[in-house]
Amino acid sequence: MKRTSKQFWLFVVLGIAIYAVIQLLIMNGIIDQFYSNTIIVISINIILAVSLHLIIGITGQFSIGHAGFLAIGAYISAIVTMRLELPFFLAIIIGGIVAALAGLIVGIPSLRLKGDYLAIATLGFAEIIRIVFLNIDYVGGASGMQVDHMTTWTTAFICLAITILVIVNFTNSRHGIASISVRENEIAADAMGINTTYYKVAAFAIGSFFAGVAGALYSHNFYIIQPSQFGFLKSFDILIFVVLGGLGSLSGAVLSAILLTVVSTYLQGYPETRMIIYSLVLIIVMLYRPKGLMGTMEITDYFKMWRTPKGGSQYGK
Amino acid sequence: MEWVQQLINGISLGSIYALIALGYTMVYGIIKLINFAHGDVFMVGSFIGFYSITVFGLGFFPALIISMTVCALFGVLIERIAYKRLRNATRIAALITAIGVSLLIEYGVIYIRGAQSEAYPDFFKKNFELFGVQIGMQSILILSVSVALMIILQYIVHKTKTGKAMRAVSHDTEAAKLMGINVDNTISATFAIGSALAGAAGVIFGVYYTKIDPLMGVIPGVKAFIAAVLGGIGIIPGAMVGGLLLGVIESAVSAIGFSLWRDAAAFVILILILIFRPSGIFGKNAREKV
Repeated sequence: MKRTSKQFWLFVVLGIAIYAVIQLLIMNGIIDQFYSNTIIVISINIILAVSLHLIIGITGQFSIGHAGFLAIGAYISAIVTMRLELPFFLAIIIGGIVAALAGLIVGIPSLRLKGDYLAIATLGFAEIIRIVFLNIDYVGGASGMQVDHMTTWTTAFICLAITILVIVNFTNSRHGIASISVRENEIAADAMGINTTYYKVAAFAIGSFFAGVAGALYSHNFYIIQPSQFGFLKSFDILIFVVLGGLGSLSGAVLSAILLTVVSTYLQGYPETRMIIYSLVLIIVMLYRPKGLMGTMEITDYFKMWRTPKGGSQYGK
Repeated sequence: MEWVQQLINGISLGSIYALIALGYTMVYGIIKLINFAHGDVFMVGSFIGFYSITVFGLGFFPALIISMTVCALFGVLIERIAYKRLRNATRIAALITAIGVSLLIEYGVIYIRGAQSEAYPDFFKKNFELFGVQIGMQSILILSVSVALMIILQYIVHKTKTGKAMRAVSHDTEAAKLMGINVDNTISATFAIGSALAGAAGVIFGVYYTKIDPLMGVIPGVKAFIAAVLGGIGIIPGAMVGGLLLGVIESAVSAIGFSLWRDAAAFVILILILIFRPSGIFGKNAREKV
């Protein structure tokens, strides 16, 4: 599992190039307000998809309450900037940390649960978080909280780059391999001496940290946040990114987040059509490709396959 | 006498949860799938009841029967189209499909008829007094219909051939197959019975709350699942007791002045049960085999 540093630097250069091109286009006014906003939404959705990918795709813990962590990041960061009047970057970090603490609180008791029960419990936790925000007048209750628009392409890109970097490194480290063994067979992993509890909690905490970061960007990209934005549907939206891309494929999660965000931006005027398409996609993908479109493959695996046409690649899979 | 009133409200609400929870518990007991779409079958049942009453001018009981029949067919259809292929799939794939089916039903109904809510016609407005407590006819009706349906269910499960097959399949699918039980038909029968009960719950809910809309199935669906877990999932009497208990607890939470926290209370109960007694009130602990 040794990654060449050449590959790493290639991705860094690619990332900087994407950033620079889009930044130039925004500065020259070629990309207008609407499109630059779409790009920021795409970045936020990629962060959410990648953070949930760590929990579901890598560690195999079926959490469907990701909107709860998003809500915590959104509200905490909004409190930091609007009520305490501290700078935005601090708000992002505090939002992430509080969400990570919530992830620990959810993760520790839910260790005793598996599969379906864990899914329902996380859904329940997310709903409790939403109801708590609904009942606190300090954050505006049901009518919501006003937030200034502070998220720019630069902040969104930096957060996105850090998220992908951390999660790719985690996946390729010893911890990541241990987490994958938990996903493949928890009882066997436990028998091999892997501390399954530790890896599950770690994945929960890291995943919810980045969901909190995404929440901070999310709340400062709109002018108002309301508890109703963080219901079941938001959790399912994020789940669809991961499921469609492939349960265990980071590049799959990124690609499907981009694709589905673009689709849903175009279908904004027809919300019910969008949901019908989403649900049909979910059902059909699960019936015919239960591991998602890309399975556990990454984009780079396809390139390797092309280079070694016969006899399969030496990297396995 | 305020608390007696609240207790009666809680029991009425709880018996609706119990009716939906029966479907969850039966399906989970037989194919180990959380049928997320079950709450939406409940919603469809409510709308079928509504249209039978308003468009076709039927009475309450014919509407109830029609709704139960259509929902039974609908449940079997869902099972045959979406879940049958997933018998041997991973649990995650099955659960995601169920979420997809749930969203498809909700937004399909919105697509067909719009998202606006409807007002259910009033049937049983009369109240009467018993020992100084105002009891609505509706509460009595809900309770008697639920009790009757549960008695019928107990009869089906324990005395009929289908019921015996259901119990056998839920105990050990492979062995049941070897003994000549048609597993596919038994699973379809389970879905039909569970969905019919959800349809009945939908009509009763409409009469009781008078307001229905296409997204109404989500919260009662999740709460009914909580009720099933509370009683011990896969156990039929557990679902009834869990439903009634949850209804009474919710009414108690609203009665002491925390009505906005009512939904949260249900989820707190779920999490506490999952942590301290994952097999529910009536369940026995079973260790997972390697």
